[in-house]
Amino acid sequence: MNYIDLDYWDLALAASLLLVNASLSIIFQLGLARRLVIAAARMVVQLTMVGLVLKALFAIQSPWLTVLAALIMVMFAGREAVARQDRSFTGYWSYGIGTTSMCVAALIVTLFAVTTQFEARSWFDPRYAIPLLGMILGNTMNGVSLCLDRLLSASHGGRVAIEARLALGADASTALSSIRREAMRTGMVPTVNAMSATGLVSLPGMMTGQILAGVEPVEAVKYQILVMFLIGGGTALGVFAAVFFASHRLTDARHRLRLDRLTTK
Amino acid sequence: MLDIENVSCLSLRNVSFSVGSRECVAVTGKSGAGKSLLLRSLADLDPNDGDVKLDGQSRNAMAAPDWRSQVVYVPAESGWWADDVGGHFDDREAATGLLHRMQLPADCLDWPVSRLSTGERQRLALVRAMVLAPKVMLLDEPTSGLDPDTALRAEAVLHERLADGGAIILVSHDPAQAERLASRRLHIEGGDVIEMPTSRDEGGGG
Repeated sequence: MNYIDLDYWDLALAASLLLVNASLSIIFQLGLARRLVIAAARMVVQLTMVGLVLKALFAIQSPWLTVLAALIMVMFAGREAVARQDRSFTGYWSYGIGTTSMCVAALIVTLFAVTTQFEARSWFDPRYAIPLLGMILGNTMNGVSLCLDRLLSASHGGRVAIEARLALGADASTALSSIRREAMRTGMVPTVNAMSATGLVSLPGMMTGQILAGVEPVEAVKYQILVMFLIGGGTALGVFAAVFFASHRLTDARHRLRLDRLTTK
Repeated sequence: MLDIENVSCLSLRNVSFSVGSRECVAVTGKSGAGKSLLLRSLADLDPNDGDVKLDGQSRNAMAAPDWRSQVVYVPAESGWWADDVGGHFDDREAATGLLHRMQLPADCLDWPVSRLSTGERQRLALVRAMVLAPKVMLLDEPTSGLDPDTALRAEAVLHERLADGGAIILVSHDPAQAERLASRRLHIEGGDVIEMPTSRDEGGGG
C-alpha cells in the first residue's frame, strides 16, 4: 500500500480554513467563535488521544484492554444519546436504557463481524474490533436516541389518546402500539436513507479512507458494503431494544401510563 | 356493587363509599378539588392506595385491563387514536343502536375523527364505552358540550343503563343534571369526600 504521509504543516494549513468560520462568525455576530475554537480543540485532542490509545492497544493485543476500550466507548455513546433528548426518564433510567440497548446491539453485531467475515486472528484483535465497533456504535447511537426521543415525546403528547385506550380495557402494549411503531420507524429511517444515497450523493468516509490509503476501489467498496449491512443490523437491534425497554418503563404492572417517570430538560 | 375502601391518591385521603346496582352517585366540588382524580383512581389509571371491589371481588385480584373494561372511565376530554371513527369500535354492529339513540348519523363510523364536532366526540366517547357493557361507568362531565335537548337524550340512555342494573358515578357541573340522574351526592372538599343529604329519598336500592 502506498499513501502520502501527512506532516504537521499540512494539518496547520488545513486548520487555517477555520479562519473562514471564525471571520463569518465575527462579521455576522453569530456568537459561534468561542464554541468553534473549543470544538476544534476538542476534536484535535480527542482524536490525537484515540490515535495514541489505538497504537498502544494494537501493540499490546490484550482481550481485557480491548473489552475495556469497547465499554468506555459504549458509555460515552450512552451519555451522548441522553444529552440529545428533550424528554427523558428520571434518575439513571434514561442513561441505563440508552446504554444497555446500544451495548447489546453494537457488541453483538461487532462480535458477529469479527468472528465471521473478518477472520481476524482472534475476536479481540483490536485492529478490527475497535474501528468496527466505532462505526456501528455511532450509527446505533443515532438510531437509539432518535427513537427514544420520539417515543417519549409522542407518549407525552398522545397521553389523552393512550389513556382513552387503557380506560376502555386495552392492555399497555396495545395502547402504545402505534407510538411504538412510529418510534421504531423514526430510529431506522436514517440508516435506510443512508443506504440509498450512498455512492450517488455521498462517498462514505471509511471507503474514501481506504482509497486514500491505496486500497483498490473495488476492494474498498466491498468493505463499505459489509459495514453498511453491519450498521443496518446494529441500528435495528438497538432501536428494537430501546423501544422494548423504554415502553416497559413507561407503563407499569397495572397497565398505567407512567408519565410521572419522565422529566424535561 | 362497587365498594371503595380507603382510596388515597395525592390530595384525596382515605375515601370510602359504596355504590349500589341501579344507583347513580353525583360527585361535586370546586375545580381542582379532585373529582377527576377520584374517577381516575377508581379506574386504576393513576397509582393509588386502598382497595376497590366490584361485586365483592378486589381489583387487585384481576388484571387491570379486565377491571377497566368493567369499570369504564369516560374522561371529560375524549381521546382518539385512529384516523377514522370506526377504528375506535371493535364491534360496529353493537354501536348502531346506540348511535341512533344518541342522535348520531349511522354513517358517522366512516367519518374521519377530524370531522367530528365537540358534541359528537362526547357522545361517541359515551357510545364507545357503553358497547363494552360495563357494570360501572365513571363519567366526567359527559354532556358538557351538548345542547340541552341532546343532553336529555343522552341522559335517557344512561337512565336505561341504570334500570338494567348498571351503576354510574357522575361528575357534573350541572346541578339540574345531577338532580335528574343521581340519587345521592358526594362532595369533595379539602381531600375528604362527604356524603350530602339529598332532596329526595327514594333512590338507592340494589
